[in-house]
Amino acid sequence: MKILLQLFAAFARVGVMTFGGGYAMIPILEREIVDRHGWATSEELMDYYAVGQCTPGVIAVNTATFVGYSVAGVPGGIMATLGVVFPSLVIITLIAGILTNFADLPAVKSAFAAIRVCVCVLIFNAVVKLWKKAVPDKAALLLFLLVFLFSVFLDVSPIVFVVLCAVAGIVLTRMGVRGK
Amino acid sequence: MMLYLRLFWEFFKTGLFSVGGGMATLPFLYDMSAKTGWFSTAQLADMIAVSESTPGPIGVNMATYVGFSTAGVLGAVIATLGLITPSIVVILLIARVLHAFRQNRYVDAAFYGLRPCSVGLIAAAGLLVVKIALFNVELFHSTGAFLDLLRPKALLLAALLLVLTNAVKATKKLHPIIFILSSAVLGVLFSF
Repeated sequence: MKILLQLFAAFARVGVMTFGGGYAMIPILEREIVDRHGWATSEELMDYYAVGQCTPGVIAVNTATFVGYSVAGVPGGIMATLGVVFPSLVIITLIAGILTNFADLPAVKSAFAAIRVCVCVLIFNAVVKLWKKAVPDKAALLLFLLVFLFSVFLDVSPIVFVVLCAVAGIVLTRMGVRGK
Repeated sequence: MMLYLRLFWEFFKTGLFSVGGGMATLPFLYDMSAKTGWFSTAQLADMIAVSESTPGPIGVNMATYVGFSTAGVLGAVIATLGLITPSIVVILLIARVLHAFRQNRYVDAAFYGLRPCSVGLIAAAGLLVVKIALFNVELFHSTGAFLDLLRPKALLLAALLLVLTNAVKATKKLHPIIFILSSAVLGVLFSF
């Protein structure tokens, strides 16, 4: 029981300290998991993080489930995951509640009109950064362009693209066009 | 009750099919906005900004926000649980075979296709934000004047932010929250 509460608390701290998720999370995970509790070594933690990236869902959540499971089985996985999302639930609900009351003020509208411009730039930068890792060759470039164009011009669920591209990845690899 | 089930199901699908973390949930949220009408594209852009500027993983923050604005506090909890359920199930299933999974050539090959897919989907969703943030399509449709299509202040700010986040050494490593807050101040000062 104690270990479950410790997992919840440790991952709640990871959730609070992480702005934006992704790589920003690694030093905080190191401190909580490796230094403070000794639940995993640095190498194991990197393994968990790597698997967290190549399984579906939010990376921080996947990593939490993994560490929790390895420390205390299925209940551990669940408690660590609940811990990592708990701060978001509290903080976002508070902020969203406040913002809903002020959303119609002219100053708030102006602020958000400008913030949306900033969001465009942040998404653009994220795409550029992801692109470098995700598009290593011509076949991957073709997949990127097809997904981009079809999802801009057609009203298709992203799920369709995800399933087709997973199959395409396997077929293209078997055809030996990967890396060319 | 139906709304809660629907929220859970929509976010369950998002959790199961979004690959690559962070922004990867974005295309699913746009799809959700178009299909359910729970929130508009503009609202979604605002939610992204709040999710980037508050603690916690972006994907989780966005689920909580969408859930809250759709169905209150319980909605926030249910959307978030929907998002994390597939992660928990998948991870618990493969935890025992971690090494075999990572080295499996089919998994590796599938991800070779999934990575460009994820970037393509995010880029397409980003284009929708560009459309509402930098352009004024409604005004253009009503007046027909090409210059009405552009939002000059927004375009200037976008250019400035692009330079600051990519080309200026002193500012490009700064946390996004600084750019979001500065934009908010400029937006109020210059009445965007």
